[in-house]
Amino acid sequence: MAAGIADAGRLLRSGETTASALLEEALDTASRTEAQLHAFLTIDSGGAREAAARADADFADGVDLGPLHGIPVALKDNMCTRGVETTAGSQILAGYVPPYDATVVERLRHGGAVIVGKTNLDEFAMGSSTENSAYGPTYNPWDLSRVPGGSSGGSAAAVAAGSALLGLGSDTGGSIRQPASLCGVVGMKPTYGTVSRYGLIAFASSLDQIGPFTRTVEDSALALSTIWGHDPMDSTSHAGEYPDPTAALGRGIDGLTVGMVTELSGEGFEPAVEAATGDMLARLEKAGVGVVEVSLPSFEIALSAYYLIAPAEASSNLARFDGIRYGLRVEGQTTEELMARTRAEGFGPEVIRRILLGTYSLSAGYYDAFYGQAQRVRAAIQEDFARAYDQVDVLVSPTSPTVAFEAGARTSDPLAMYLSDICNIPANLAGHPAISVPIGLDDSGLPIGFQVMAPPLGEQMMYQVAAEVERQAAFVIAPTAVEMAR
Amino acid sequence: MTWEAVIGIEVHVELMTASKMFCGCEVAHGGEPNTRVCPTCLGLPGALPVTNRAAIESIMAIGLALSCQVSPRSVFHRKNYFYADLPKNYQISQFDVPVCHDGHLDIEVDGAIRRVGIERAHMEEDTGKSIHVGLGGRIHSAERTLLDFNRSGVPLVEVVSRPDLRSAAESRVYAQELRSVIAELGVSDVRLEEGSIRFDANVSIRPEGSDALGTKVEVKNMNSFRSLERAVAHEVERQTALLESGGSVVQETRHWDEESGVTHSMRVKEGSSDYRYFTEPDLVPLVMSPEWVAGVGARLPELPAERRARYVSQGLAPSTAWVLSGLDPSLRVVYDDAVLSGASPQAAANWVTGEVVAWLRRSGADAAGTALDGESLAELIQMVEDGSVSSSAAKELLDGVMSGEGGPRGVAERRDLLQVSDAGALNGVIDSVLAENPRAVGEFRSGEEKVVGFLVGQVMKATGGKADPRLVNQLLREKMTG
Repeated sequence: MAAGIADAGRLLRSGETTASALLEEALDTASRTEAQLHAFLTIDSGGAREAAARADADFADGVDLGPLHGIPVALKDNMCTRGVETTAGSQILAGYVPPYDATVVERLRHGGAVIVGKTNLDEFAMGSSTENSAYGPTYNPWDLSRVPGGSSGGSAAAVAAGSALLGLGSDTGGSIRQPASLCGVVGMKPTYGTVSRYGLIAFASSLDQIGPFTRTVEDSALALSTIWGHDPMDSTSHAGEYPDPTAALGRGIDGLTVGMVTELSGEGFEPAVEAATGDMLARLEKAGVGVVEVSLPSFEIALSAYYLIAPAEASSNLARFDGIRYGLRVEGQTTEELMARTRAEGFGPEVIRRILLGTYSLSAGYYDAFYGQAQRVRAAIQEDFARAYDQVDVLVSPTSPTVAFEAGARTSDPLAMYLSDICNIPANLAGHPAISVPIGLDDSGLPIGFQVMAPPLGEQMMYQVAAEVERQAAFVIAPTAVEMAR
Repeated sequence: MTWEAVIGIEVHVELMTASKMFCGCEVAHGGEPNTRVCPTCLGLPGALPVTNRAAIESIMAIGLALSCQVSPRSVFHRKNYFYADLPKNYQISQFDVPVCHDGHLDIEVDGAIRRVGIERAHMEEDTGKSIHVGLGGRIHSAERTLLDFNRSGVPLVEVVSRPDLRSAAESRVYAQELRSVIAELGVSDVRLEEGSIRFDANVSIRPEGSDALGTKVEVKNMNSFRSLERAVAHEVERQTALLESGGSVVQETRHWDEESGVTHSMRVKEGSSDYRYFTEPDLVPLVMSPEWVAGVGARLPELPAERRARYVSQGLAPSTAWVLSGLDPSLRVVYDDAVLSGASPQAAANWVTGEVVAWLRRSGADAAGTALDGESLAELIQMVEDGSVSSSAAKELLDGVMSGEGGPRGVAERRDLLQVSDAGALNGVIDSVLAENPRAVGEFRSGEEKVVGFLVGQVMKATGGKADPRLVNQLLREKMTG
């Protein structure tokens, strides 16, 4: 097994391995682990084998399509793939086969990537444990009794287990970084607008952003360089320059200043998480980095604002699932009844909860008090970030207040579940880039993640710091549960 | 009590841009259902909208033509409601920051000019079409409903007037005038029968002299100017009867039934906030720079009101200016070019609005392809004025020119229409007429002036009608008195 994308790239180009061999290894891993993990909803071995054979033919012809050429990739099942079922983890889209590829999928195909399959997720990306999938939960490869985090838990688990060298997820309020932290892999949410949302089944349009799961920080930067870029099909796509995310990877971080966010510690944070975070800050300081504590008071109300804005947008985005044109249809005596029955049967309880929440907060007489107020909080968060970045180069925190929790532990307590993303949500509300890097294990052998946040389009510096964090941590991705199962 | 009607009109105009509002699908009428569709206008999962700049330029043109302010920055909102032919179950529309606002349109009613305020013109997307099949095609009795999304996402401009109209007739004139302005801009084909322009009326009544507004009723489903006028008149009558009998008007939407000539209640109007409007997060705000607005303004064609004012300044009567202004553009070009070539505006207008239009009607020919140009018309008018052709021969001459036989001079020669205006050529004929009619000559010399008419007639007869009667008259007198 190659150590990652960069390593596999070297082996492919030196002729020591082939794209087909990498794919077979990934498919073999999946076949040994899927019964326990359930990371995938669909494995497209036929399509993947064709793509791998094409990549090998390309390499034989001297054609090189870039860092993802010949690399096995797992896609979260909310990204549309032409001809391959795409469900968003929902019963309402059971059997739905999109007639088009998402822009990010097109970019992967043009880059010669080999798409292994579609991964499990909380229904419509609403959740923090991948237990809200209509197709059953995914489990954590480090401990099969625990959740992988969510909502992109399938992609996180697949990369941790080795069923793919790259996983794509979407991060609306931590849905890449939190599962990356819980699964001990690198997960990154780019600046809002840099990876096209065209073909991503929307949860909350102003927050959704696609990003990579990888085994290394360098791999993350390589993947980003392929998937991001301006897309005329997405009006919110960034139209300016895209800095090379890999450019600063080798650069030392001597003289940089990192700010530890004081609001992201204390109550609710597990001691092991706080200890690992403190240890990493000490190591960074020793390596020549200035470490200061920074207060961003608006972070305290970020979660509340998020749970007004995201459900409001979701209530509208999910209105199109009505049984009329595609997906599940439950018949009724009238069109209205058909729509109502389809939606009542097709959506799971968490999705219905958020649609109701969002519908309520946009309703007559409540808009200003709820949605309007939440938008003002959003502006305050952006101002707090801007003030902080006047003093520091990047902001850091734990990625998640806890390690992976027991399956079922929070399913009946939505608020406890929502708190899993408390460290991640501010970067979504501000549209800033952020990454989670694994830095160690707690006493029970569960991974702990460290978050690095940067100003908009500050991916270079974010990766520069993340690479140092990775080097200091010397973390080894060896998920014990599935390793033992081999 | 005397009641005053207070009417505002909402007009929906489908733009004829090459592609739809938020995707690349073609905009056209007719065709097989669901052939001009894509992931975006079908509302497929994951698809996103991208704003059509040409549509924004069209609404800016409409706004500028209606003397509106164009907002420097405008925002799209989602209007949320469930309907089978609305694929996303929300319509991308505008709420509090429309592209255009605060304009006006002048209309002429019974010879007086009325200024009608325009509250706003905003941009939105059209819905698909529901086709109810079986048992008469009515929604409540249909066996099933078929959906055609070809129209889904077609750019739609909604122009909302202020409640400045006071009668059904004013409402009709306003709608007609607005349609002619939009036709002039060339941004829509404004075909009522295709639904590319649609009118809704907000009608209320109040005691005359009152400033308060009564409860308003929205009347929909008028598919012609006549039905708009009838529907508004009916609604004013209905409300008047209701209030005079001690009842009250309910705020609701009513459906105009063309056949029975009455309105029916469709639904009691819910508050607009039930649409849960919020900013469309998939689109960035529209920014309309002063340069962009100025560029669109500079390309605006002459508008009907401007054109009528110009005609009047050329000396035409307002009624003639109105008729001429309403003609096919190619006929107006004939008029303008004829005037440029030296024809008098009154003569040119008389010909274009009279004989030219009559000829086209008789022949069924398309005005746009007419063989008549302004220079030829000016020449024809000149030939009448200098006596080269008689006014009756001129009509035949016009027929020749419009039938493509050539320029007026050549047609007149080939069809032998020229009057004989050469005194030398007429002398012989006149001499023989005088010689054949000694009695008439004697009567003239004894003071019977009116006998000249008889002699002119004899000369005209002898020349086959081609002599210039004025010249003949003059020559006869000279010879008989000389």
